[in-house]
Amino acid sequence: MPSNALLQVENVSKTFRVQGKKLHAVENVSFTLEAGKTLGIVGESGSGKSTLGRMVLRLIESDKGKIIFDGMDLSRIGKKDLRALRQNMQIIFQDPRASLNPRMSVGDAIEDAMAIHKIGTKASRRARVVELLSRVGLPDEVQYAYPHELSGGQLQRVGIARALSLNPKLIICDEPVSALDVSIQVQVIQLLRELQEEFNLTYIFISHNLAVVEYLSDEIAVLYLGEVVEQAPADELFEKPTHPYTQVLLNSILKIPEAPENKQEMHSIQGEIPSPLSPPSGCTFHPRCPFAMDICTTAKPEKKTVSEGHHATCHLVN
Amino acid sequence: MSEPLLSIENLQVKFSRSEDEVYAVNNVSFAIHENEALGIVGESGSGKSVTLMSSIGLIRENGKITSGKALFQGKDLLKLRPKQLEDIRGRDIGVVFQDPMTSLNPIMRIGDQIMEAMLTHQYASRKEAFNRTIQLLQEIGIPDPHSRFKSYPHEFSGGMRQRIMIAIALACEPQLLIADEPTTALDVTVQMQILALLQDLRRKRGMSVVIVTHDFGLATNFCDKIIVMYGGQIMEAASTDMFIREATHPYSIGLKASIIEVGNKGKEISPIPGAARTLTEAPTGCPFAERCPFKTERCLNEVPELRAFGIDHYIACHHAEEVASYAV
Repeated sequence: MPSNALLQVENVSKTFRVQGKKLHAVENVSFTLEAGKTLGIVGESGSGKSTLGRMVLRLIESDKGKIIFDGMDLSRIGKKDLRALRQNMQIIFQDPRASLNPRMSVGDAIEDAMAIHKIGTKASRRARVVELLSRVGLPDEVQYAYPHELSGGQLQRVGIARALSLNPKLIICDEPVSALDVSIQVQVIQLLRELQEEFNLTYIFISHNLAVVEYLSDEIAVLYLGEVVEQAPADELFEKPTHPYTQVLLNSILKIPEAPENKQEMHSIQGEIPSPLSPPSGCTFHPRCPFAMDICTTAKPEKKTVSEGHHATCHLVN
Repeated sequence: MSEPLLSIENLQVKFSRSEDEVYAVNNVSFAIHENEALGIVGESGSGKSVTLMSSIGLIRENGKITSGKALFQGKDLLKLRPKQLEDIRGRDIGVVFQDPMTSLNPIMRIGDQIMEAMLTHQYASRKEAFNRTIQLLQEIGIPDPHSRFKSYPHEFSGGMRQRIMIAIALACEPQLLIADEPTTALDVTVQMQILALLQDLRRKRGMSVVIVTHDFGLATNFCDKIIVMYGGQIMEAASTDMFIREATHPYSIGLKASIIEVGNKGKEISPIPGAARTLTEAPTGCPFAERCPFKTERCLNEVPELRAFGIDHYIACHHAEEVASYAV
């Protein structure tokens, strides 16, 4: 473990019981995250990306595996210590409207976490609220507003201010810009990046949007049906996507062409994301994989090293 | 150029709210020709969906078309009685919505829903309609169509439901397909499948398609023409090739410079400052003015007309010439 690792996740798994069946939401996921860095987690619906984020905060308990945060094994500490530790780990949700209490003013919502953790006096907390609002680009008066009076972009800034209120070390950003318009997305992403530099924040950035993930991340993990199929430094992943699923994802992104002759053809991958309740045998991606071989239908591929720090779980990798 | 298939002229739509009115669409004109794919692009509140949906008579209860025409085959759709309009919609114009779950009937077998489209419009006899339904299911990529005919919407995935919506829209072989954010609710790999299907169907049938989307990447790759909307007005309209090469409206330029795309890592992004406002009064100037780096007094006091700015290129900006020279 590198000396400056803030978070180390080792072989965590989570199985839910749904309709009497087992749903492997997250299976054997491991990663290490250094302080001040961003890990991007990419995946489509049912990939387990949000479950994984919540497991790191112990909002969902993992069935097995270890999560070491700031030198402490999260699975071994009690409720009380966990609460103290949670000051250091915050989450920003996709839908800020749903994550803020509609009857609580924005100022109260931001103050709430500080009050719960008994930080400062009422007056000092209010001062901090104003300071936080200003830091995320909102005027003072917003503290008296209620969520329904604000736009989606403003609300997400409130969500960020609330997450910052306890001076956390780690923030899990769960699709924080997916519900926002493009011009607002960019503003929020730029804000997240500035805050990271200013406060040396560590992010886990969960998104289905590869472009946004690339922009913010130092390292990226690609999830498919609960498993990491490829993990690499961000540049490397985009330069040398190795797992066929990563390649498919990259090819599914429609960019504004640089010139008319660079327009993309719509070429589609076969099949749909299978139900996580009955995942395919062998490599779970094999029914959709353009390169599937016999072995892929029967044997689960192991994690292989493509180059240093770059892993792919695919039989094609030697 | 041939007669347009659908031509919208000076469309104006307002919504009434408890305390005020929203000027959702302000003096919008455009046309769609045969065998053309048009993308209407904009952010939320830009009026893109309302423009298209109200022109085929689909408008929320609190909405009102205050002026304008929507000419389809010589008929003004906005003057037709509901029954006449329903005749055209679903037969000559097919419609696909963003969320197939809310537009499909949850307690009706999907095969019957496709057949119903043909039977209501007396497009085919029962027997023909059944055979065509099976054919359509095959065409849109639903495996085992005979047994899937009997399935209900909840038994399908989101992508499959969107395919079924497309089958219903195409049942009577419309000349025009209108799709409102047809892939927004879907995962990226599934989005690509639906777009590939739409493109294939369009090419095979020589049908025209209008897609309303917030996704500039989708519009520029899928469509032949692009309309960019903001604040209920068209800011720029161009052939896609022209738009890719020479988008000139400050809003278009701002968006192109700020959208984060793959390969942008390390690039400085410069977000467009501010946010769009809801118009509660008739526009007196350019709706984008307050966020625009080229804004002058005139932009606040005079609504820019959509004017020709080159071949296949129209722009609503008082300072387009200046912006263009600056961009070069």
